[in-house]
Amino acid sequence: MPAQTLTATLHVNGREHALPDLDPRTTLLDALRESLGLTGTKKGCGLGHCGACTVLADGRRILSCMALAALYEGREITTIEGLAPEGGAARPHPLQQAFVERDAFQCGYCTPGQIMSAAGLIDEGRTGSPEEIREFMSGNLCRCGAYANIVAAVADVARTPLVPGAREPEQGRS
Amino acid sequence: MTTPTPRTPVPVHSPREAPSPVHSPREAPPSPASSTPGGVGSSPRRPDGTLKVTGEFAYSSDMWMDDMLWGATLRSPHPHARIRGIDVTGAVRMPGVHAVLTHEDVPGEKRYGLEYRDQPVLAFGKVRYRGEPVAIVAADHPETARRALDRVRVDYEVLEPVSDPVRAAFDPDCPLVHEAGEDLPPAHPAHHRSGNRVRYQPVRTGAFADGATAAEVRALADVVVTGEYQVGMQDQAFLGPESGLAVPAEDGGVDLHIATQWLHVDQSQIAPCLGLPPEKVRLTLAGVGGAFGAREDMSMQVHACMLALRTGRPVKIVYNREESFHGHVHRHPARLRYEHGATRDGRLVYATAEIVLDGGAYASTTAAVVGVASSLGLGPYEIPHARVDAYGVYTTNPPCGAMRGFGAVQACFCYESQLDRLAAELGLHPVELRIRNAMSEGSRTATGQRVDMPLPMADMLRRAREMPMPPERAAAGPVDVRALPGGVANTSRGEGVRRGVGYGVGLKNLCFSEGFDDYSTARVRLEVVGGEPAVQVHTAAAEVGQGLVTIKGQIARTELGVERVTVLPSDTRVGSAGSSSASRQSYMTGGAVRAACLAVRARVFELVRAAGLVGDDHPDELLGLAGGKVVSGARGVLVSLADLLGASAVEETREFRHRATEMLDPTTGQGASHTQFGMCVHRAVVDVDVDLGLVKVVALDAVQDVGRVLHPQQLAGQIQGGSAQGLGLALMEEIQVSGSVIRNPSFTDYLIPTILDVPPMRIEVLEHPDPHAPYGLRGAGEPPTLSSTPAIVAAVRAATGRPLSRIPVRPEDIVGIERD
Ligand code: FES
Ligand code: FES
Repeated sequence: MPAQTLTATLHVNGREHALPDLDPRTTLLDALRESLGLTGTKKGCGLGHCGACTVLADGRRILSCMALAALYEGREITTIEGLAPEGGAARPHPLQQAFVERDAFQCGYCTPGQIMSAAGLIDEGRTGSPEEIREFMSGNLCRCGAYANIVAAVADVARTPLVPGAREPEQGRS
Repeated sequence: MTTPTPRTPVPVHSPREAPSPVHSPREAPPSPASSTPGGVGSSPRRPDGTLKVTGEFAYSSDMWMDDMLWGATLRSPHPHARIRGIDVTGAVRMPGVHAVLTHEDVPGEKRYGLEYRDQPVLAFGKVRYRGEPVAIVAADHPETARRALDRVRVDYEVLEPVSDPVRAAFDPDCPLVHEAGEDLPPAHPAHHRSGNRVRYQPVRTGAFADGATAAEVRALADVVVTGEYQVGMQDQAFLGPESGLAVPAEDGGVDLHIATQWLHVDQSQIAPCLGLPPEKVRLTLAGVGGAFGAREDMSMQVHACMLALRTGRPVKIVYNREESFHGHVHRHPARLRYEHGATRDGRLVYATAEIVLDGGAYASTTAAVVGVASSLGLGPYEIPHARVDAYGVYTTNPPCGAMRGFGAVQACFCYESQLDRLAAELGLHPVELRIRNAMSEGSRTATGQRVDMPLPMADMLRRAREMPMPPERAAAGPVDVRALPGGVANTSRGEGVRRGVGYGVGLKNLCFSEGFDDYSTARVRLEVVGGEPAVQVHTAAAEVGQGLVTIKGQIARTELGVERVTVLPSDTRVGSAGSSSASRQSYMTGGAVRAACLAVRARVFELVRAAGLVGDDHPDELLGLAGGKVVSGARGVLVSLADLLGASAVEETREFRHRATEMLDPTTGQGASHTQFGMCVHRAVVDVDVDLGLVKVVALDAVQDVGRVLHPQQLAGQIQGGSAQGLGLALMEEIQVSGSVIRNPSFTDYLIPTILDVPPMRIEVLEHPDPHAPYGLRGAGEPPTLSSTPAIVAAVRAATGRPLSRIPVRPEDIVGIERD
């Protein structure tokens, strides 16, 4: 165990969590998953390459595997568990709903990261076209290859026009 | 003992219809939708979908118990070395460490394996690949476990690696990876195992069966093309790394929560290694973050159980990404040599193929991969004279085994490349040449197996060719860099961008082959809950993302006319469902669920008769189940299930088998070895920046025959996903191995297609039912993985004029820089 630990307080999904004995090297991802039991955020690579660990910090998307938990004291962290204001499976967020309706996943392992990334993306206003959605979702890998349906789900919520002639509307629309 | 974070049984309630993403051509027979909402042919929501999008679905890495320990694995730093000694004392003494185990601590059998039990639980005598497990540790914190590994001292005598599969196959002086006798279980006599060869399978037809030489057969053809090809090592790269939680039980057994593709085959390998009877090794499927073949072999299963039994505490093991690259089998890399001869008017006369598949250090599924590569090595073409020689070998490279489309993927790239070369030689359109030689129902494969199901290959090729093309690239005007190969990273203005179009078609065996007694088991229970009829479906089948939980519910609704279906978690309390591989689960577990439902139905009808509801005047009355009621064809509703069953339940368990298959003859390769054939056709359109060596796939359109669509939306997902993995193999995915060492075990250096790499797809689905299969369905997950690769490479060839005989195609292959 490290010689020095510290105590940090994280604000996650509208609640405060004190983390006593925090190893300063702990990533935000590990703190969420192991210390707070919020296992909805996934670890696909641990090195910033897959996007499975995407969460929001003050509304901006970040890769929690590349963030040190201690540096996020005082920031408002939102994870997949806290995305829907009322929380839980009973009242899912429109993005969560759209992912289900569009079948925008298979194994679902990338999905929490995709949805959090999409939430950030919509806030950033980067949803003008299917191409733009693709460009700004390109940090989130999906090995099952559900990409076409991910674009459709994000477009549904962002009300992105699926331009006739563009090939995107083919997906899930006929 | 408390139980780990439970996986909630997934209730399937009042599904809503989703828009169908599949374009069914007008001529295709309509999919008769089930009368029960959410039945076969409709697209109900995935029952586990809401849990997956809210983060509540428990994957194997999410399992947690308060008193659990963390396991970690010490792996060999050498690809090939003799172990002179292992000293664990330093690790044992560390505070927080609860157990340090080596091969001496394996309670039972010291080896396991899917086909041959040749893989040590923990290395002894020798290590045969870099990353082979040597010792395991359980500690109270993952970091402690990892640091304890550093204190284990292993004394290695380093040996020369056996890295070249061709040498391993043919050079009698090549060192042996497995010394005969000492450490190899006996091989199947028909597999011709010798030296480093795990299996050799020849196939001979026509003049080759009569002993003709290549020169004699060559004389029959007007045009001959030859090619040498290489296929790199592809990784399944599922996003959720290997993980599991083993919990010691009071009866001396163990409960393992694990992400796997086949619970019972894991159980049958784990139990002997632990020295326990199978009933004391109970497995429950934990959430699976993708599989694609990589979870058919075991990873940490026995390790976690050993540590749990030794410490008396639950033990969790989770691999990180780098460890995952070393912790599962990969797609066999291959070297292949092909020769095709045809008449001037484009009829194939003969074909030969020599295929060497690198199985790496342990056999895994290598023998089965050879069986597929040999029997389907020449693809879906009518060829009078055929000769195939397929070899699977041991090397000290990373072990290879199952990945989506195994054996057929490697061959498909080559025979399709050959057909393109031949078409160019003959001045024929590649689709035209394929149509002239296409197999169809009634054709025989190179192994003499008659295709006794529809195979509308010519029609599929025509449809692919006739699909609308994407718009041309604008010749003038402002350039949108996002649309260029390389996207925003492109440094040109698109001056060197050329467009190309290519086609690919592949033939895949579906379900298990070569005489394997394959079956699946389902238990179905009908009872009344809260005044309403409800069905429970219980199988041991692994949901890996393919959507089998949805399909099971659909089948139960269709057969029992009951909307409310609950699919129970998969575990070993019910009989084996077989593997979630070979595109077989809709067929096999679908078949088993259907059989169990039909048995339940029959029992219900007995109850109806026993209750006197079918009068003597209607002895042969046709009974059915619909809307939760028993209905008579003649008289309408007879009784509601709620009234009929009251407090009693009807439960039936059934095993389902597909028809028997044959072994391949060990010298001629003849035999009806396959259960079912699947086919997909792709047309790829690419833009290639010939100066920068970058490729953008503009369109990747597909035509696939699936016999019968069970769930249009999930089916489209399978076709899109399989095509994307084929795209990865064509253009970017390769585990680079040199000196038997993986050089790129991370997502930084092993590239998988992103949302920018995979274009929107146009998909046409045909439904020509297979008369032998439940609902006429055909497995759908694998065929797209075969044909997308050669279609894309053909398109890149068309754009560049380069021969491109190696996949993945690298930028230097496109710009023409020689490699040494
Ligand atoms: S786990 Fe953070 S990017 Fe992959
Ligand atoms: S759904 Fe499996 S990785 Fe995206």
